Amino acid sequence: MKRTVPLLITFLTGFFLIVSFFVPHEPFGQLEQRLLVWFAIVSGFAMLLGVDSLFRAHLKRIIRAREGRWHSLALLLSLVVTLAVGIIGFAKFGSPFHMQSPFMFVYTYGIIPLQATMFALLAFYIASASYRAFRARNTVATLLLVSAVIVMLGRVPIGAAISQFFPVAQEWIMDVPQLAAKRGIQIGAALGAVSMSLRILLGIERSYLS
Amino acid sequence: MAEGRRRGFWEVMNNIDRRIIFVVLAVCVTIPLIVSTGGEIKPTAPVIRAHASVEALETGDYMMISIDFDATSAPELMPMLRAVLRQAFEKDVKIIMLGHIAIGLPLGHMALEQIAAEYDKEYGVDYVDLGYRPGYIAVIIAMGREIEDIFASDYQGTPLREMPVTENIHSYDDIDLLFGFEHGAVIDYWVRYTQARFDQRMTFGTTAVMAPDAYPYLQSGQIEGLVGGLKGAAEYETLVGHPGLGTRGMPAQQWAHLLVIGFIVLGNLGHYFTRKSGKRAT
Repeated sequence: MKRTVPLLITFLTGFFLIVSFFVPHEPFGQLEQRLLVWFAIVSGFAMLLGVDSLFRAHLKRIIRAREGRWHSLALLLSLVVTLAVGIIGFAKFGSPFHMQSPFMFVYTYGIIPLQATMFALLAFYIASASYRAFRARNTVATLLLVSAVIVMLGRVPIGAAISQFFPVAQEWIMDVPQLAAKRGIQIGAALGAVSMSLRILLGIERSYLS
Repeated sequence: MAEGRRRGFWEVMNNIDRRIIFVVLAVCVTIPLIVSTGGEIKPTAPVIRAHASVEALETGDYMMISIDFDATSAPELMPMLRAVLRQAFEKDVKIIMLGHIAIGLPLGHMALEQIAAEYDKEYGVDYVDLGYRPGYIAVIIAMGREIEDIFASDYQGTPLREMPVTENIHSYDDIDLLFGFEHGAVIDYWVRYTQARFDQRMTFGTTAVMAPDAYPYLQSGQIEGLVGGLKGAAEYETLVGHPGLGTRGMPAQQWAHLLVIGFIVLGNLGHYFTRKSGKRAT
């Protein structure tokens, strides 16, 4: 019973959603819309669960004075301060996203620079990794190396200034070999997704229940 | 002696300390941002097509803008967002903004308010920000039947039916073009569910890393245009005739690319000569 009911709910939900895709008329269309709205609501609660789990894990680390507790403290303080300024913004301006809201101050001068810095660091690691990885050790590695150099040159103005070959070759690489590989991967992934969905709907794949 | 010195040089080139690469890259990126050294920016076909898709809109038409990125991708996507907003407001197109990345949506809102102020546009009349709802695919599909089922109000809590800009908007049938700004998988959801199922016209701006993922959709005609990375942003700004941060950032990107190519060449020469002299020694 513990397994049969969830399997039945999964099958019926999947079945109705598939039918409503092909038969958008009543009652299927309205039922699909209702299920989608429910999904959005449940997703909202899933976010709350995530915050709860994050809070507990870091609070535990602080209380038990484990390694990295200062990082956990910084995280929890940031979480509480951001939440507080959001609530103040909501109470004062009707929305935390109002341009004068204190949340937008934290967002503009805290969140944006922090996120941008984290991602900007990637440029340095990419430069270092490219230097080490792009070595002409064999034919395949050489092909990858030459393609990378052509694409890098073709995507900046100096490439066209050196020769029209670079932008044209860059577009060809993106339009033909890159596209062929990407499409192959996408078709493979789609077939895999269809197969896995069918396995779940028919109750063959049950790992999500454990 | 000379042979040994030459071998030592190539060995160093074969294994340059990463800190040297970091410092040289920092210098190469910073100087062009201060002293512009950019070349001519020629718009490419995918960007021209993206620009044309917005240009085809008429006064009073509706464009839905989806903010599916956050600050990590802002240097690439914000310049193209501003350029697209300028083009749309210039043509008196109505804007409906929403987003699937909660932490990124305020970026879109700031750009919207900034550009709307430049063109004297009024909130609720010419443009609206619906905000964020969790659920990705569920939100995208549900809007195909009734947007109000998901977004009953805008980000401030004003009901959709109380604002002139959205009082008659119900589904994708009322949206003339969707322009998504993407740094992740949401582009796949838009194309698979909104284009394939509801036949929505759509164009995308993506980060350079994500652009290859969008090429199959461009070639199949499912999306009308594609603005990829900082270069795409600079090309779009050129087409709109308003050079901004995309154009200003291109010299830095150009020198960074040249530097990486230079390091790759040095590394390969170092690898080749070190191996050659190693063989000779044995």
